[in-house]
Order: sequence, then structure tokens, then C-alpha cells
Amino acid sequence: MFDTGVLTGSSAAATDSRIGVRDGVADDARDTTVRELQERIRGMQRRSLDTRALPTHPALGALLPGGALAAGGAYAVADSTTLALGMLQGPSAAGSWCAVVGLPDLGAEAAGGLGLDLERLVLVPHPGEQWLSVVSALIDVVTVVLVRAPAQANPRAPRVGEAAASRLGSRLRQRESVLVSLGDWPGASARLRVTESSWAGLGSGFGHLAGRQVTVASASRSWEGRERSRRLWLPAPDGRVAPVDAVTPVESAPRGHDTPHPPRPLRRVVASR
Amino acid sequence: MSGTAPRMLAVWVPDWPVLAHARAQRLAEGAPVALIEKGEVLACSAAARADGVRRGLRVREAQSRCPELAVLPYDAALDARAFEPVLAGLEQALPGVHPVRPGAVAVRARGPARYYGGEKAAALSIAGVVREHRIADVRAGVADGLFAAQLAARAGSPANPVVVVPAGAAGDFLAPLPVTVLEDPELVNLLPRLGIRALGEFAALGTAEVAARFGPAGARLHALAGGRDPRTATPRIPPRDVEALVDFEPPLEGVDQVAFGIRVAADDLVTGLLGQKLVATAVRVELVGDRGEASERVWLHPRSFSATEVVDRVRWQLQGATRPTGSRGGSRDAVEGGELRSPVVRVRVTPEAVDPVGRHESGLWGSGPDERVHSGLSRVQGMIGHRGVLTAAPAGGRMPGDRQSITPWGDRPVAARDRRSPWPGALPDPAPATVYELPREVMVEDAQGRPVAVDDRGMLSAPPAELVSPTGARRPLTSWAGPWPLEERWWDPEHARRASRFQVVDATGEAWLLVQDDGGWWAEGRYD
Repeated sequence: MFDTGVLTGSSAAATDSRIGVRDGVADDARDTTVRELQERIRGMQRRSLDTRALPTHPALGALLPGGALAAGGAYAVADSTTLALGMLQGPSAAGSWCAVVGLPDLGAEAAGGLGLDLERLVLVPHPGEQWLSVVSALIDVVTVVLVRAPAQANPRAPRVGEAAASRLGSRLRQRESVLVSLGDWPGASARLRVTESSWAGLGSGFGHLAGRQVTVASASRSWEGRERSRRLWLPAPDGRVAPVDAVTPVESAPRGHDTPHPPRPLRRVVASR
Repeated sequence: MSGTAPRMLAVWVPDWPVLAHARAQRLAEGAPVALIEKGEVLACSAAARADGVRRGLRVREAQSRCPELAVLPYDAALDARAFEPVLAGLEQALPGVHPVRPGAVAVRARGPARYYGGEKAAALSIAGVVREHRIADVRAGVADGLFAAQLAARAGSPANPVVVVPAGAAGDFLAPLPVTVLEDPELVNLLPRLGIRALGEFAALGTAEVAARFGPAGARLHALAGGRDPRTATPRIPPRDVEALVDFEPPLEGVDQVAFGIRVAADDLVTGLLGQKLVATAVRVELVGDRGEASERVWLHPRSFSATEVVDRVRWQLQGATRPTGSRGGSRDAVEGGELRSPVVRVRVTPEAVDPVGRHESGLWGSGPDERVHSGLSRVQGMIGHRGVLTAAPAGGRMPGDRQSITPWGDRPVAARDRRSPWPGALPDPAPATVYELPREVMVEDAQGRPVAVDDRGMLSAPPAELVSPTGARRPLTSWAGPWPLEERWWDPEHARRASRFQVVDATGEAWLLVQDDGGWWAEGRYD
């Protein structure tokens, strides 16, 4: 298919002719090509010229507009802490400070396992009423803020108001930080969610959780309503994020000597009771 | 090496650390007490010694020899702090006091001997000064050199507390003493094997040979053994008291009022330290309530305290100490410091650790990006409290909650359980991304809707089929594994835990870490 090399005039012309020849045969393939071309044009026609891309995990970069976390952007992740932490992995591994606001139940060990640098991770589990000022103070000093907005008294009301989001948005652009919201965020550049998830390694009464394959779907305004989705290991057997094709299945995954084996059940369950 | 050593007067309080700790714990005088460091007896009281407790004994052995032994952990800071009043009292009585260690001081003998009319009279009156601090047994020794004087003080007895070794006789006094008094592990081990058991025999060796075999440290000890102690008393410079002390009359109720009241004093504290070219890296904040109860805590700073940061610490401690009990996290905070139940009458802030200011000067272009992060995070701490901003570090344990150690920003991390130690029975990776701060209560039912139970032998009553939340939401389970028994710290009734762990995956593809114990089923974590 169309590779992601530098787009030159001749290759573009070749693509055009091919689309013309295979009319009706591969509508899907043509759609994809057109979409990718549009995306590429839009990527080149950035309104703000100096939008810096942050180091991003390659498996997740493909799900984000522009192929990476853009400095000053806000991203929404629905319901998956692991996916949200995976968004922080790239900047954190590159040496940036990260903050997590409003997640008292965060598993720091899992964050470390995903590749986040715990020494540069700041936790604010209970920001309380002042969460907005806490988040904006943190945006000033850290590169990525993972935030879960507190629940409103009215469960129907959105957790974050438009006004608050736009105020934080301008501060984000000014400081070139990134906000990842667990839960919806007004005006997010991309909305990621896990549409399907299946765990490997656990049977009925035996085994232990080893890895999870998920389908992550991403929606962005810049893709005009179309969604992208990708199969990912989240987490892979080694605890990291990886695209599915890059990891061998769990059954044949070699285990290191220092990997602890799961403790055995004392006795098999007797089902006929 | 100078031939003559100065005449020194050493004062020694036998078993001072035991005395200091027993007083802090309000134990009866004469009770058998042992101080423990690294599992071994470091010091013990006379009553314990009479029962056969010795220094270097293991705790269990000591307790078996003396069942009523009060075992206390050794706290070097408490030891030094308790001796401070004695030292201050001595400094008022005579100049140039050289603190050797808590419980032992030395002073040049010439001045006091002239003043009191004789070395023995001087030693007796200085011992009298120490006795004023409710210390019954004080020994003193006068000899050539600090080393000999200290040993002379130890040679005394309660009946004859002062030993004076005449000038020039230090070598003869030291000669019969065993080499163990040198307190050097290598020499103490080696010399008896070479047939050298007394200091005199060691001193008789050639200086050059000893220096060649044992190096400069050995040569120094050789000189000490021969009664040639080149050291003289180096008097400490009495620290000028820098502290912020504010009394409130009438007592104040509001946190902000107290914080405002301490502001000027905190400013003076920091500038007073700066005047001595010092900055505080740790401060001790004491709050005293109207009814006499006190809250005391040491606050650390990754670099150095400014005045506003001192005020913040007072404010946070006050918030922690006056938090109504029963509120969230109250029990954890109440542990540090103590609780206040009445308005505040007094706040005292003392620098606990100081550093030369030169080491804390920021560079011309700042000290890098972390400086900015620190000030930003301190600002957030100012908004939501000291415990609001946390950092996590990996720790060792068998439950996910144990495997992370959380410390407030700016505090030095406490020595946590070591991750690298083997933790047999810990769950293999991956770790749950959600570890509930407070485990959620759940129910697990089998296919017939009966609750699943685990019996004493780790047998399941039936395979789990459904996860039921307290709100009644039901999640059918597709796969599960367990029970993995966990029996931790059975020797410690407070932290003992007996439970079974399960991993389950429900029909939506969500995985859970469940724990079943005497209290029922709990969701400890969620792999989301």
C-alpha cells in the first residue's frame, strides 16, 4: 500500500493514476488512501506553526492526530487507566515530569511497569474543590497532566465545563503542556476508548493474568468523524504497551528466571459439590 | 609527635544512654533496661547487667536472661538531646568544655585545678555540677591526655568517683589495661592473636613497625597506648539559640490566625540563621494547646526553608493536628505529631538540621528545571496541604498496596520494604493499574447464586460465576484463578493477615484482583 515516505510529486501522480484504474475494485483501499492524503495535507497546513510534538509511544502515536502528542493539546481517554498511563509513558521516559490529579486509586507499580519514571511522577490524589487551580498550577511546571475531574452533584451534568476547559486549554498552549483526561474533556484533540478487551493467561481455575489485547478506537475532529482503531497489547506480557503484531503470543513467550511464578492453589476445586 | 600530653579532666556518666532513654519513657530508676541497635544490645542498665545482660547480646538472648527487661530502640538524637541541658550547665560553670559523646565530656585540667585548688577538688566540683541534673553516678578522671583521662574516669567506682593519674604516669596507668579499650575492631581482633593483650605490650612495639603494619590509624592508637595523646580539648562553640517562639494570649482557635501570628517570628528565625551563614534543612514544630497537650513533628525540606515555607509547615501541622477524628485519612495523620483538642497557646519552631548557606546558593541561572517543579509543587501543597502532593516509589510486598510506598512531596522517603528481596507468593506481573485506596466490598456467587466461600484448607465451595457489587450490579465471570493463600506476619497481631487472592475476568473483558478474608470479599485492584 501507500507507504509513509516523503511525498514527492511523482509518487502522488502515480497514486492518482492507480486510483483511476482500479475504480470500483478496491473502494476501501481508495478511501483509505484519500483519507491518509487528506490527513497529511492537514498535518502540513498547521494553523499554529510552532506546535511541538512530544515523544509518544509509537503504538499510540498512530491513534493521535499528527502522529504524536502535540504540545498544548488535550486528550480524553475513556475508562482505561492503563491506556491513560500509556499516553504518559513517552514523555516520562524521555525525562519529562508528569502529574496525576484526582486518581486516588492509581497503581504506581503498574505505572512503573509501563515505563513511567516514578521519580518524576507527582500524585495529587484528592485535589478536592480546588482541582481546577491545582491542575492549572501543575500545568505550569510539569509536561503532562493526567486528570480525572471530580463527579458533579448532578450526575447528568458534564464533569468539566466548557469554560473551565477552554481556560485550561489556553494555559496548556502557553506552557506547551499536554493534558490527558480520564473521562470526557470538552474540545479534546482526540478521544480514545477501549472497544474490546481480552485477557490472556487466565483459564477457569488455573493460570494467571499475563497480558491483554485490546482494540483502541480513536476519534478526532481532524478526521471528520471517522474513527481509527488499532489492536494493542495493553499491557503486553512484559508489562509495556505494544502493537499486537509485534509481540509473540503469550503461550510461547519466554519467561525470565526471575519472573515469579504464580502461587499455586492449594488444591483443585471440586466442582461437584 | 609531641612528647607531653596536656593534663585533661574527663567526666563520664556511666550508662548515660540508658538513663536518657529510661527518662524519656518514664521508666522507674533501677529497672532493667536494654537499648537495642540492629538487633543487639547496645547498652543496658546496672540491674540488667546484674542479670547477665551484656553489650552485643542478641535481643532474645538478653530477654531470656532477664525476662522483665524493658527493651527500647536506641535513638541517637534523643541521647544527644537529653545531654544538652547537662552540657549547657557545665558550660555555665567553666569554659572550654569538649563534648566527647553524650554522657562524656572533657576539659583542660589546668584552669579548673588552679581555680578550685587542686585537680581532685576540681574534678569533684565539676562532678557536682553534673549531679545537679538528677544524675546520681558521675565519675571523673584526671590524666595526661584525653585518652588516659577517659580511662581514668572509667577506672573509678561509685564510692571513689575521682581517679587522678599523676603527671607523667599515664603510660604506667595504661600499661595493664586490655587492648580492647582501643575500640578498633581490627586491632582488638588481631593483637591478642599476636600475643599482645595489654596496652603496655602494644606500646612497647616500635613506632615505625606499627606504622608500617597498621598505617596512620594504627600509629595513632599506638601513641595513645603509650600515654602520648596529642589531642587537646576542642571546646564547642555554644550554639546561639535561634528559634521562633510565639505565645498566644488569649489562645487562638483558627489555623490562619496562628499562621499569621508566627509569620514575623519565622522571618526572624530564617534571617537569624542567615546571619550565622546557615540555612535550615529540617525544622521541629511544637504546638502546645490550652489544656497542655502538644503536637510535635519534624519537617524536612529537600533544600532549605524560607520563612513562608516555615509558616506553611506550621499551618499544615495545625490542620493535621486539629482535624476532627473520623474524617478521611485522619488516623494516618494523627500518628505523626499528635492531636490538639484545645486552642493553641504556644508555637515553637526550632531548626533541627542546619547547613552552611554556601551549599544552598542557587546558581546564576537557577538550579535547573527541577527548581521550578519544586516551587510549583510547593505552591500546590500550600493550597491543599502537605499530604496532598505525593510521590510514589516501588516497595516490596505481596499485595499491590504494599508494593508502592507513598511519601509527601519534600519528605525524605522512609526506608520501605526492599523490592529486590524475594517476596514468595507475590503475584506475577502485570500489576493492576487501579489499586483501590480503600478496598471495595463485593460479593462473589456461584452458578446457583450462593456466595462462594473458602474453607480453612483453601478449598472453594464452588467455582465463582458472578461478581456482584454492593449496588447490585452483576458481572458474569468468564475466567478465574485462585485461591492463592496469603498468610502474612502471623507473629504480629496488628499486621497479621490471612486471606485468599483471586484473579477474575468478567464478561466485558475487565480483570479484577479479588481478596477473600474473614470479612468477606474485597476488590483490591482492577486491571483496567
